[in-house]
Amino acid sequence: MGRYIARRLLMTIPVLIGATLLIFTIVYALPGDPVRALAGDRPLTPAAQAAIRDEYNLNDPLLIQYLKYLGGLLQGDLGQDFSGRPVSETITQRLPITVRLAVLAVVIEVIIGVIAGVLAGIRRNSYMDNLVLVSTTLVVSIPVFVLAFLAQYVFGLRFGWFPIAGLSEGFRSYILPAFVLAALSLAYVARLTRTSIAENLRQDYVRTAKAKGLKPSVVVGKHTLRNSLIPVVTFVGADLASLMAGAIVTETVFNIPGLGRAVFESVQRQEGFVIVGIVTVFVFFYITFNLVVDILYAVIDPRIRYD
Amino acid sequence: MTERQQDSGTEPAYGGDSPTIVDSSTAEEQRTEDVTVAEAGGEIRQASLWSDAWRQLRRSPTFLLGAGLFLIFAVMAVAPQLFTNADPRQVIDLGLSADPPTGDAWFGYDIQGRDYFANVVYGARVSMIVGFSSVLGVLLIGVTMGSLAGFYGGWIDSVLARITDVFYGLPLVLGAFLLLSVMQNRGIAQVSLALAIFGWMTAMRLVRGTVVSVKDADYVQAARALGASTWRILTRHILPNAVAPVLVYATITVGLFIAAEATLSFLGFGLQLPEIAWGLQISAGMGRLRDSAHLVFFPSIFLSLMVLSFILMGDALRDALDPKLR
Repeated sequence: MGRYIARRLLMTIPVLIGATLLIFTIVYALPGDPVRALAGDRPLTPAAQAAIRDEYNLNDPLLIQYLKYLGGLLQGDLGQDFSGRPVSETITQRLPITVRLAVLAVVIEVIIGVIAGVLAGIRRNSYMDNLVLVSTTLVVSIPVFVLAFLAQYVFGLRFGWFPIAGLSEGFRSYILPAFVLAALSLAYVARLTRTSIAENLRQDYVRTAKAKGLKPSVVVGKHTLRNSLIPVVTFVGADLASLMAGAIVTETVFNIPGLGRAVFESVQRQEGFVIVGIVTVFVFFYITFNLVVDILYAVIDPRIRYD
Repeated sequence: MTERQQDSGTEPAYGGDSPTIVDSSTAEEQRTEDVTVAEAGGEIRQASLWSDAWRQLRRSPTFLLGAGLFLIFAVMAVAPQLFTNADPRQVIDLGLSADPPTGDAWFGYDIQGRDYFANVVYGARVSMIVGFSSVLGVLLIGVTMGSLAGFYGGWIDSVLARITDVFYGLPLVLGAFLLLSVMQNRGIAQVSLALAIFGWMTAMRLVRGTVVSVKDADYVQAARALGASTWRILTRHILPNAVAPVLVYATITVGLFIAAEATLSFLGFGLQLPEIAWGLQISAGMGRLRDSAHLVFFPSIFLSLMVLSFILMGDALRDALDPKLR
């Protein structure tokens, strides 16, 4: 187990380097001139332009720029945006909002998804099963931003239950975006649980439990559900990271000042360091969560051995 | 020989990954699958996998609904004139700006006072083109890399696996969004390319898994013993096993990529005006959600229905091609 973790940790290093290099290459292949974009209508003097270029290492070749960036990254320095504000400050300020949104989305997807999946899985081809199948198919088919408008229109404008944008109303402001963010994963969780439950109900140990005369609720709740949730745990763990990155659409539509919206804004302003910094955070979370899930997997399913 | 091949084609191709891969549910799935396959073994089937699948598909309401929708949208993409006489770019009357649906204009008018039904109908074309061409790109990259990794193994496999991990770290919409944001002209080709570059990983793992699971099979060794070239072994004996899972994956992915394209266009970093695309129409109507909801409503419905058609067909295909579920 220890060796497995060590090997996995070592393997994340090239992935992290590769991912940052990939983002870096994309962002700094920018055909536009960020310095000129920064100056706007009134052109800077050549001397001032040169000074800015120097400060942000824009004169170096791409690889040197990247290595300097990586050096700073290792010391916790993510660079600064063009107004001189450290990127790490932007991240620490906005990360909690995105995390709150993603965690709330995960809570929603697990609770509703698992309940729907169990209800559908215990009786195949029942009314409930078909309802879950049809509704998950529909949810998967509607693009997230369309779903966001639908939610804004119905629950925000028509019923007026929730604010349609911004964070001015505290927790209530998070509810609509969290549901929209959770919708797609919720459908997957429901389907995963359904398949898993249906498969496990055919196992011998379930027959034994029934033969012992246990109540159906105990058979499902205690014996089947525990084993059925293993793939769900795997999915949800990895999903938390993709939800954070997926917030780029949700946060933009709902005008929530989280990391996703920050990426969107910095792309518009061509602020390379901010883009690279935030996307690196996303990738870091993705890799970490996947690692944790893989390790957890052995803990919750003792049949899996890594040695 | 052909019968043999089809037999192994029914073997699940999904489970062949080593435990180092992120998707760690495979180990357990593999076990249950092995049992199922063993139980089903020895049965002689007259019909091939494909004719069986076709027979099941023709009776599947899911597939018929999906295929019906797809046909409508395909005709709409090829010949939008069949659906509307109006010219989507012709301004009828600026005074009609954002007017709601009437008997004359079924979907009302857009902000410039153009017939909205014509606009929405003409929008089907770019979605279809981007969906199919980006998935074609995904298949090109995925099949090539998956075959290389699975067939040669060793360091090639390790390097390609790490590259896959790197790309998995960047979600599709985010990656394509970043890449497109640095491009000056964003047309159908650029958007499709960006989607393919950040979306090939699952296809690669699917193909790799199949290749690994059958490359040591008896019939492959027989072919090698007979002196068949690597190319021939791969294309004639190994890759046909991947057709079924890849087809299912590709069908669903066309739908998902159409949604991704609309998302990118909506965010302002996908297709650009004057292209007629649903994402752009929704983006333009967004500010008028309060008073002219039809501007967002109609392209959204068409977009969702098109995505739905591919997901329905993909779901039905999976059921039909996976003998375990019969």
